[in-house]
Amino acid sequence: MLYALVAGILFGLYYALISLGLNLSFGVLRMVNLAHGDFVMIGGFTAVVLYSSWHVHPLVSLVLGAAAVFVVGIALYYLLVPRIATTKDPEMISLVLFFGLSQVIEALAVIHFGNNEQSIFDPVFGTQPVSLLGQSLPAVWLVSGLVSLVALALVYLYLYRSRLGYSTRAVMASREEAEVSGINLHRVSAIAFGIGLGLAAAAGALAPFMLGGITPDIGTGLTTTAFAVIVLGSLGNPMGTIAGGLIYGIALMLMQTYLPSWASLLPYVLLLLVLLVRPSGLFGRQVRSA
Amino acid sequence: MRRGVWRDGAILLAVAVVLLLLPKAYSNQMLLFQLMVYLALSQGVNILYGFTGYLPFGYVGFFGIGAYGASLAMLDLHFAPLLGILAGAVVALLLGLLLSPLLRLSGAYFAIASLAASQAVYLVIANPSLQNITYGPYGIQLPNQFNPIASYYTMVVVLLLAVGVVLYIRRSRFGMALQAMRDDPVSAAMSGVPVVRERIAAWLISAALAGVVGGVFAWQTSVFYPDAVFTLSISIFAIVFALFGGVGTLLGPMFGTVVLFGMYNMIGISDPQYFQLIYGLLIVALVIFLPDGVASLLRKKGIHVL
Repeated sequence: MLYALVAGILFGLYYALISLGLNLSFGVLRMVNLAHGDFVMIGGFTAVVLYSSWHVHPLVSLVLGAAAVFVVGIALYYLLVPRIATTKDPEMISLVLFFGLSQVIEALAVIHFGNNEQSIFDPVFGTQPVSLLGQSLPAVWLVSGLVSLVALALVYLYLYRSRLGYSTRAVMASREEAEVSGINLHRVSAIAFGIGLGLAAAAGALAPFMLGGITPDIGTGLTTTAFAVIVLGSLGNPMGTIAGGLIYGIALMLMQTYLPSWASLLPYVLLLLVLLVRPSGLFGRQVRSA
Repeated sequence: MRRGVWRDGAILLAVAVVLLLLPKAYSNQMLLFQLMVYLALSQGVNILYGFTGYLPFGYVGFFGIGAYGASLAMLDLHFAPLLGILAGAVVALLLGLLLSPLLRLSGAYFAIASLAASQAVYLVIANPSLQNITYGPYGIQLPNQFNPIASYYTMVVVLLLAVGVVLYIRRSRFGMALQAMRDDPVSAAMSGVPVVRERIAAWLISAALAGVVGGVFAWQTSVFYPDAVFTLSISIFAIVFALFGGVGTLLGPMFGTVVLFGMYNMIGISDPQYFQLIYGLLIVALVIFLPDGVASLLRKKGIHVL
């Protein structure tokens, strides 16, 4: 029981890292990036390939992958988003657009890496289990938890202590008002979108250890899980995502301990329950309309 | 009004004649059957998204539960195929009723919640712990019911029904109410439209339609795994086909399905990853260059699209 709790907290922080980027880009763009999980997959393959070719440490790949994907994200934003922002129903159209993008990424990954699961099997983080609150856990879980905490703290500093972060939060609160007060909407959104994808790629670099391996088709499932996590913690509130991640992580560990064959249902059921009972999330403003 | 009814009848007749003659002209009946499945499903998406603005990403859930409802009715209750298909439709209708609270959500929330619901249904049905009831991940076999000819013509009838429903919705007070709600729910409610009731009605019609199609699909295929009837790509295909042609019209989704389905089959399915790549690129291109569908092009030229 205590083991499930401790492991759940570490996994929860990791799931918060996976999901945070999706929340950031949703908060700013008001569009759900259905390709989010595929960028986790890209980050994962980056780590696997860099390690198997040049023995690059996964934590180094994490930084490299996140930086590269950040740049790609900004380019993608300018390529795709302004074009659909003017259509009749951008919120729905964007779902279809990002689904198409996720199919393209997945197909390219299959063509390039094949369908087999890939992972890093060497004990990069040592074989010695670490002890935390009297529970002995794989060292890499602790490392992932810490890395997630650092990343979350950086996002916090960006949002609450930097000028661009202030603008980002202004856009989240109200696009129109932010625009009339002289904020460059596209610049702020592109950077937030890039950061969101970069965070996904960073989480991906740890996926070979936390999720057991990387296959090209993990994207869709991860996107739904991430969506469940951010809805739990309330959409548009990046810091609520941490709470959402912790709840999800602990629930997942408890399910895997007591009801393993139903554990895969968890993100979907959790998502439906939250949306129906308290759609604003646990820490959010009202969103339900109609 | 009177002339409109004649015209609707003529359209139905034309569709019926084409569908009945097609097998004589083109021998790959399997492909024609799939085409009809998507023609019907894209009309189902059209009923919901085109007329109410709710995008059902998890539409495949109704298709799958219909396929399972029909198959289990035939296997366990020894229903005749047509009766089994009806049972599948009822099961889909019940699922729709169960999920109708989702309609309280708006926009992307609804789309993703319906996606989650369809995946939840899939995971329950494919769950190894329920193997005694649903046959779990090993799928369904209906060797005794296999009848490709009869199921083909059943599908023709179902498709005509779908077309008829869309024609009716376009013409009726019900359809007008739906479109008014889509454009401005508050004003519609103020003018006395029972918003919630009408919206749930459209949702249930669309759910039952997918259920029937799923049931006929199960009968035609007669051997299938759970992931074959719950794969998200069925939802996505139906949505993309409908969007390409232009939702809110009758001919838009039909045109979209015929053109894109034809195109996908020309690409060939021998290399699934290249197929996936091309269809992903097509979706992106479609959304960027033609977000409101082919019908919007014609409408700009002043041509009324039925």
